[in-house]
Amino acid sequence: MSLLEVSNLTIELPASRGPFASPAHTLVNGISFAIEPGEILALVGESGSGKSLTALSILRLLPDALTIIAGSVQLQGEELFALTEKQMNRVRGFRAAMIFQEPQVALNPVQTLEQQIGEVLTLHKGQTGQARRDAVVGLLQEVGIPDPQQRLSWYPHQLSGGQKQRVMIAMALACEPDLLIADEPTTALDVTIQKQILELLNQLRKQRQLGVLLITHDMGVVSEMADHVAVMRHGDILEYRSAVEFFANPQHEYSRQLIHSLPERRFRPSQQQPQALLTVDNLKVWFPQRQGILQRVVGHTKAVDGVSLQIHKGETLALVGESGSGKSTVGRAILALEQATEGDIRFDGQSLQGLSDKQFLPYRKRIQVIFQDPFSSMNPRMTIRQILAEGMTSLGLAGKGEEHEAKLEQLLERVGLEAQHLDRYPHEFSGGQRQRIAIARAIAVEPELIICDEPTSALDVSIRGQVMELLLELQRDMGLSYLFITHDLSIIPHLAHRVAVMKNGVLVEQGLCADVMDAPQHEYTKALLAAAPVL
Amino acid sequence: MEMLMTVKPVLLWSDWLIFLLVLTLILFFINLGKNPVARKRWRSVFASRVGMASFLVIVFYVLIALLDSMHFRYPLDKLEGSDEQHYSQEVNSLLDVVLEDLRGHDEKTYSSPFAIHSFSKENRTLENGQVVRDYPRLEYAGSHLRKHETVGSDVFERSMNALVVGLGIALVLALLIQLLRRLTGKQASAWLPWKTVYLTLGGLILVTVWILQVGGYYHILGTNKVGQDVLFQAIKAVRTGVLIGTLATLITLPIAVILGIAAGYFKGLIDDVVQYIYTTLSSIPGILLIAASVLLIDVYIETHAEQFRLSAERADFQFLALCFILGMTSWTGLCRLLRAETLKVSQLDYVQAARAFGVSHSRIIGKHILPNVTHIVLIALVLDFSGFVLAEAVLSYIGVGVDPSMASWGNMINEARAELSREPVVWWSVSAAFVMMFVLVLAANLFADRVRDAFDPRTVN
Repeated sequence: MSLLEVSNLTIELPASRGPFASPAHTLVNGISFAIEPGEILALVGESGSGKSLTALSILRLLPDALTIIAGSVQLQGEELFALTEKQMNRVRGFRAAMIFQEPQVALNPVQTLEQQIGEVLTLHKGQTGQARRDAVVGLLQEVGIPDPQQRLSWYPHQLSGGQKQRVMIAMALACEPDLLIADEPTTALDVTIQKQILELLNQLRKQRQLGVLLITHDMGVVSEMADHVAVMRHGDILEYRSAVEFFANPQHEYSRQLIHSLPERRFRPSQQQPQALLTVDNLKVWFPQRQGILQRVVGHTKAVDGVSLQIHKGETLALVGESGSGKSTVGRAILALEQATEGDIRFDGQSLQGLSDKQFLPYRKRIQVIFQDPFSSMNPRMTIRQILAEGMTSLGLAGKGEEHEAKLEQLLERVGLEAQHLDRYPHEFSGGQRQRIAIARAIAVEPELIICDEPTSALDVSIRGQVMELLLELQRDMGLSYLFITHDLSIIPHLAHRVAVMKNGVLVEQGLCADVMDAPQHEYTKALLAAAPVL
Repeated sequence: MEMLMTVKPVLLWSDWLIFLLVLTLILFFINLGKNPVARKRWRSVFASRVGMASFLVIVFYVLIALLDSMHFRYPLDKLEGSDEQHYSQEVNSLLDVVLEDLRGHDEKTYSSPFAIHSFSKENRTLENGQVVRDYPRLEYAGSHLRKHETVGSDVFERSMNALVVGLGIALVLALLIQLLRRLTGKQASAWLPWKTVYLTLGGLILVTVWILQVGGYYHILGTNKVGQDVLFQAIKAVRTGVLIGTLATLITLPIAVILGIAAGYFKGLIDDVVQYIYTTLSSIPGILLIAASVLLIDVYIETHAEQFRLSAERADFQFLALCFILGMTSWTGLCRLLRAETLKVSQLDYVQAARAFGVSHSRIIGKHILPNVTHIVLIALVLDFSGFVLAEAVLSYIGVGVDPSMASWGNMINEARAELSREPVVWWSVSAAFVMMFVLVLAANLFADRVRDAFDPRTVN
């Protein structure tokens, strides 16, 4: 008997009546899978494939708007859909627990660790007082929180993101469940932390014979963790096999796409040119910390503390670092969106420091930017036409009448969209399409350098590859240079000529892509590379 | 009608403003034709039944206010031996002419709706010299009744009459509209919910005709303490309500929008200054501030009596000052909200992208920030509108509201304090004010809801 057996599960968004009538919509379409004790099943799919809904329906936590119309879920032979709500509460947390993607919002900010974890223990096991405290300390120790005794009275904000996720895991484990459902547990974390959390999960399931349903979109994580893999798309399971077989010989076309969504590890030849397009020399960006009524400056947050780099014509420099390393601030400082405290930025031989807004205007045309989140980078109240034309108008590059119209259409076609999309609003497009529009907006003014601030990390893997291809193609055709800011090491070889690794506002290593990736010199680079899951 | 030819028109300041307001609204809708995107959105507002019905109700209120804003003075009979024409000190409006029957029929004191006897007993001397204490017959209401006729049957008869006339007018109007649609091509206006339009217009016409037909013979909503028709007072108060709501809101809006967005967008020193201003302002009790300002205005009126020769002019000036003061003291809430929202929006990537394109600050504010905070402005607009109508009532209570000579729902509600503590209760005054206010505020709320839905792109599809 399996630990968990899901068969023929079907979830539907019922038909609605009234002014916004819509027909019934099947979100999960008769899927079946099973998990044995001590086994990790990875449920893989892109956003909207129904994988999170599947997880929620196992614990019967689906939003009210959705209904389960068929199927059964058996936990250790017991039919969960037949239980009353009260009996179900004894299952949740007790026999099957769940951890979520965002530890930041899953922990109550006004409760200490002891209160939060202890609450579960009191509720399910009736423990109080010293026994409860000991149990909490034991759990914190098990998930690898240092000095658990002292940290009992800490609040969530005093912990780092990885530690918060550990606390979440401790809470999930508090009642010794048999099944753990992990919904994208590491997506919000940096690679080095991700590795630690994955190791922790792996070790726990071995110790406790825990069955784990791991939901993820990251094929690297799957290949490192999973025993079995189920690939989901549009509510269907396309392929469900053991991990070894799956990676050796994927059956479904879509599975192959997912596995090969990561580009081949093929380094781009360096393009050494004598003249640098952009030179950043000892750049420092310090943010003042203010306190008191008079807002006195009491100290500085050194976001960027002495960074020097160069980008040549037609070259891509990847700036790598974890969150908070200051890599985005470097990009913003180059764009003069952030005031540099010290240092010099030279573009095409001209210093950009101390230029007024007006003096900077000619350079706005030559340096452009693409942001990470395609949902917030476009004004929801402007049509695509207005969005594309805004920069051209502002920089005096807009043509007149037909010529202008032709230019806009040509831009959209250039990034793989259609001319008829011009009068739509951003919300009518998918994430990948939006990112294409953002790229079209940037190349509309024919820049020489584009700062790409994590342009692919908010996208699904299959779309990520397409957007990267587009960027490469544009680089070839237009001779663009990129400063590619990213935390995702897997895409660098395919994309960058050179790499700079950043940590705590300082560059720790810089060099040709092949050198840095294959023979890292600095400890931190080595740790980063070791942490990144590979296929 | 002959009288109207010889009258002297009077234009009060608030009349100017209301005409200006209506004119800008009309220009706005004419201008819409040029902007295809905005036109499409407004179309979706009027294509919804709720939006259309509430719009018609609002228009009806505004029409009453407009009618009540065409002021004039009647000429007085010429004195002997003088050629100079003198005019009455009393300022009348077209609405007074339309509702002449309601206006002129003042009783002595309270009477309940459709009553033909007074609400309180009076000493009466009978023909034989005996003094009895009884409810006297009202002077006007039901005075046409003959001995054997009862109020019920008479009202029913007249209501039926009004129904027939009203339906007739509505039918003619509907036919006219249909004809117009035929001429302009039926397809062009097929998107409007015509059924709702006809129903709402029909309802409004029926009510109007009924009031005109029955109101001359009875006090539909009774009379107040000094015997004035309550329905007439409530209708006269429409102008006060509509004006105080819109004018005070129009004064708060630019202050709140400009200061709030400037503080949130430019941050730093400007933010500090704006914050200090509104923190200081909101730390003084609003009522005190308003009372003090109103008293200042009163002093001004006293010392500059020569500028206000008519009592209507004085009341009007005091009213405008009240709108201004209300507006000046209540922009802080909206300003605070806008500052916070702007802080958030100005950090979004699309604003950063615009800055990377070298788009000027004024364009960023106009194109990116303002459109993305309008939902707050719209909601605040409607809430403030009803808030101001209510605030007027509170201020009347402490004696710093609109001039007592001016009809306002606030004054009516204020009087209800004493009326509701009587036994038996005088309920019609406050009910009339409540119903009139309720319909206006509800229509404004529903309309604003539709507008917000139409202009939020995330809810369009």
